[in-house]
Amino acid sequence: MDQTAFIINTLLPALWGGLVVTLGLIAFTAPFGVLIGAGVAVGRVYGSRPVQYLARAYVTFFKGTPLLLLLFILYFGLPSIGISLSPFVASVLGFIFCNSAYDSEYIRGSIRSIKEGQFTAGLALGMARTQVIRYVILPQALRRSIPGLVNEFVYLIKYSSLAYMVTVVELTGAGKMIATRYFTYNETFLVVGLVYLFLVTITTIGAHLLERRVAIPG
Amino acid sequence: MDLAALLIDWLPFLATGVLLTLGLVIAALGVGFIIGLPAAIGQVYGSRQVRAVINIYVWFFRGLPLLVLLFLFYFGIFPLLGLGGVSPFLVGAFVLGLHGGAYQAEIFRGALLSIGEGQMTAARSLGMSRTQAIRHVILPQALLIALPGWSNEYPTVLTDTSVCYAIGVTELLTRASVIVSTEYIAMPIYLVCAGIYLVLNYVGIKGLHMLEKRVSVPGFESGSD
Amino acid sequence: MTTDDTILRVEGLAKSFGTTEVLKEVSFTVRKGETKVFIGPSGTGKSTLLRCINQLIVPDAGRVYLHGEEVTHAGARINHYRAKIGMVFQNFNLFDHLTAIRNVEIALLKVKGMKEDEAREKALFELRRVGMEDRADHYPAQLSGGQAQRVSIARALAMDPDVMLFDEPTSALDPELTGEVLEVIRGLARAGMTMLIVTHEMRFALSIADELLFMEHGTILERGAPGDLATSPTFERTRQFTGRFADL
Repeated sequence: MDQTAFIINTLLPALWGGLVVTLGLIAFTAPFGVLIGAGVAVGRVYGSRPVQYLARAYVTFFKGTPLLLLLFILYFGLPSIGISLSPFVASVLGFIFCNSAYDSEYIRGSIRSIKEGQFTAGLALGMARTQVIRYVILPQALRRSIPGLVNEFVYLIKYSSLAYMVTVVELTGAGKMIATRYFTYNETFLVVGLVYLFLVTITTIGAHLLERRVAIPG
Repeated sequence: MDLAALLIDWLPFLATGVLLTLGLVIAALGVGFIIGLPAAIGQVYGSRQVRAVINIYVWFFRGLPLLVLLFLFYFGIFPLLGLGGVSPFLVGAFVLGLHGGAYQAEIFRGALLSIGEGQMTAARSLGMSRTQAIRHVILPQALLIALPGWSNEYPTVLTDTSVCYAIGVTELLTRASVIVSTEYIAMPIYLVCAGIYLVLNYVGIKGLHMLEKRVSVPGFESGSD
Repeated sequence: MTTDDTILRVEGLAKSFGTTEVLKEVSFTVRKGETKVFIGPSGTGKSTLLRCINQLIVPDAGRVYLHGEEVTHAGARINHYRAKIGMVFQNFNLFDHLTAIRNVEIALLKVKGMKEDEAREKALFELRRVGMEDRADHYPAQLSGGQAQRVSIARALAMDPDVMLFDEPTSALDPELTGEVLEVIRGLARAGMTMLIVTHEMRFALSIADELLFMEHGTILERGAPGDLATSPTFERTRQFTGRFADL
């Protein structure tokens, strides 16, 4: 088959390079997303009034601004005030802002769901507030946030495709270039879509395994 | 040049962008509802085959990036069907609707499943057919239960519409980009654009909360806000 | 054999869930105006029996006749028979999105095809009968358990059923609320309603039953008039069972 030959000989090799970039975008984003998300969540729950206000503004801004616009600001906008970022860095930054804002909402919910007694018990042992947060509250909250964080990770896999709009040739971009050159939009984007479906599906399965591993009785 | 004066010059241009963005939002929520509700009913009450087809639809449209879906439909499927002449706006609205339908199906399915068995049993005991019971007893309750979750789709859909930039829909973000490349000032324009999205977000959420209050029924109070 | 005033005839009903036989060959006849009360330990098939009568559970074997017409395997016609067999549930199962009066109206409108004002009038009449007309515009979430159950009785009555099935109508109620519901059911008995009642309220059962049926392990073990309970030798097992209740 002509089509099969095209997919195997031309499309898949080209997509491979794109896939590596996509995975790179995700790998650089996700850890910082969770880290900053946890920080923002802690700020919103335990921070002083100004910190709470700032953390809330952070979430409102990055959840309410379209990610694509955010990428434009970082890539096309920042040079006008003297900051030039590579497309890849601009994309990762944008993803981190967006990802952390959503992650922080899940983590905040989990923190609030932890019983007051946990905090009191920590203080009673002589821990400082920050120590209680770090060693008692956050470990529990992060575990409880796993389903939400996985959800956001799946979103990240999908919206990493927007990096193409600021010229990063990741999976979608690689596909777009092949599709345009060979005029094979249907085949190409179906295959690209299947790759994303594969990533999303293994993430979901992996998450179930992870959840079981870190589960704590009760 | 003064930013305010410049913005006033471009105001009608941007305003049209806002209208198109809102058009996409309404289409996405509306088409999504028209697809998502029956899809959820099919998932819960349908035959094995119906369920299988709907599950594939939901899996596919939730698993693919919106950008890839837009490219697939705009450059691939529509031309393949001889609909290459359809405007980017309509393709965008259609794809956002299919995409939103998959997400809404999940919301409505959850609501349908949360309704106790006894409601169906009681309806059947009064002589209602299965269809009548679903229509008059199950669905009205499912809609009340689903409303808060459905409202939460609005901010997501609003930001999603900007991806239609990629297929040349002249919505808000596209128009902001046109101004940027015409006037050679980037940051202020982008920030104004972000401000408009935030306002649309805020106003929409407020409106939906008002709707939730208006249709609220004792026993179905939503826990949102 | 069927006499003229027989309303309901149940012949050899059997039902298994998996390997558990819940009903084994249960048969009885119900005459017009008669009140049959089913008693016995929990999980002995009493609720399943009621649900098999209106086919909410499809029995494995046996037949049910309403006015001599077979209800079992009625296909789509089952809705026609269910409309004539009122049912009241342990958990009320009021439609949570509708006010009390809308709960009573909805089947009148959708099943009987009544006009709006006709249905409203009928619904008000039935709510008055159970003493709930002043709560007509309340939603189920705004009613006490006893009030909700009275509305659900009105909902079933509004269909002008030939027979009413009560499936433990007071089991989900706080003790102080059972009285109002039992009083409504007593009123129905006085008015000549034909009823099958599953209950654990022994004093109520004895006072209202024309016939008491003691069920155990999916069969009717003993049956007879409540008056025979103290004396009849056939009521041995029933006496043991009821003896455990303090109010006897």
